[in-house]
Amino acid sequence: MHELSIVMNIIQIAEQQAKAANASVVDEIELDIGTMSGIDMDSMDFAWEQAVKQTMLQNSVRKVNRIKAKAKCLDCGAEFAIEKYYDACPACGEHLLDILQGTELRVKSLTVS
Amino acid sequence: MCATCGCDSGSKTTYKLLDKDDHDHPHTHVHPHTQDHAHDQDYSHPAQKTIIDVEQDVLSQNNLLAQRNRGYFEGRNILALNLVSSPGSGKTSLLERTLNDLKSELEFAVIEGDQQTTNDADRIQATGTKVTQINTGKGCHLDAHMILHALQGMKPKENSVLFIENVGNLVCPAMFDLGEKERIVIISVTEGDDKPLKYPDMFHSSTLCIINKIDLLPYVPFDMEKVKSNAKKVNHHLEIIEVSCISGEGLPLWYNWLKSKVLQPETV
Repeated sequence: MHELSIVMNIIQIAEQQAKAANASVVDEIELDIGTMSGIDMDSMDFAWEQAVKQTMLQNSVRKVNRIKAKAKCLDCGAEFAIEKYYDACPACGEHLLDILQGTELRVKSLTVS
Repeated sequence: MCATCGCDSGSKTTYKLLDKDDHDHPHTHVHPHTQDHAHDQDYSHPAQKTIIDVEQDVLSQNNLLAQRNRGYFEGRNILALNLVSSPGSGKTSLLERTLNDLKSELEFAVIEGDQQTTNDADRIQATGTKVTQINTGKGCHLDAHMILHALQGMKPKENSVLFIENVGNLVCPAMFDLGEKERIVIISVTEGDDKPLKYPDMFHSSTLCIINKIDLLPYVPFDMEKVKSNAKKVNHHLEIIEVSCISGEGLPLWYNWLKSKVLQPETV
């Protein structure tokens, strides 16, 4: 259940930024969460609901960009979508993969007032 | 609630240094909150909404602290190794055996992470090694912040090897860089050979996989080739060493790996 720690970090980052902008409310928060970032979205939703209470994010609209994971095969050079670390290259069947995207876990932007 | 590790501030993380002279130096560390969560509403409201481009990694605070730890280790030529596994795969047994076998050749220090008790630290201390026990309370993993505080209390010697035994958990510790040089994932043959597929994040982020308890292979349906192939599918860089801490089989390979990672101090 590390999702709670992750949510706490998100709240900390958002509140810091909002205070620096002299705002008191975070109206909207946009997150980039890759499909292979190690985050379980159900756990994240559960943790979010509890953790934002009494914070500037209490009534925030949360927008999540789920970035789909992509890899490049180091053997044949093919680029393709993957779901798991152990997926094989659809072109040559090898497992020598370089993950290109999908491990993102970041606060992209905020709308504050 | 602590914003670094998500632990409840009511269940404080505790640090206990056990040294050879058995002086206890317990100190309870309350996570310092760099900022209070604002509940008050006395901010001046800007007239309109402002959009802020943040583009900040959610784990940036942990990663910054991990890099500080990394610098501390590099400056003192300390080889820091983060040991991760499920509970019961033999992390502490491997450490006990290693410390006893190599203590005449290398200088060691150990940080133990568990939710509760100093049982593991007591076992390490019995080998004569300097050890700090971190009790995370309700936390499911160690983070860079905890390691920073443990280091302040224990001050491992220059040119030493520091083992950090993480909380037994194959999920959460994967996301938290501690500043280690290498991450070592340990599994035992009494676990399923599909473990690397079930917990890929941990195997993907490790550099060495130790397969422990191979003396039990005749008694369990564990397919060694299958687990190796599964682990390699997840992480093709992963090195694999098979050992038994009971029979001693395979330990020389592990010791050679360890010694190959220890940098000799520069002679000036």
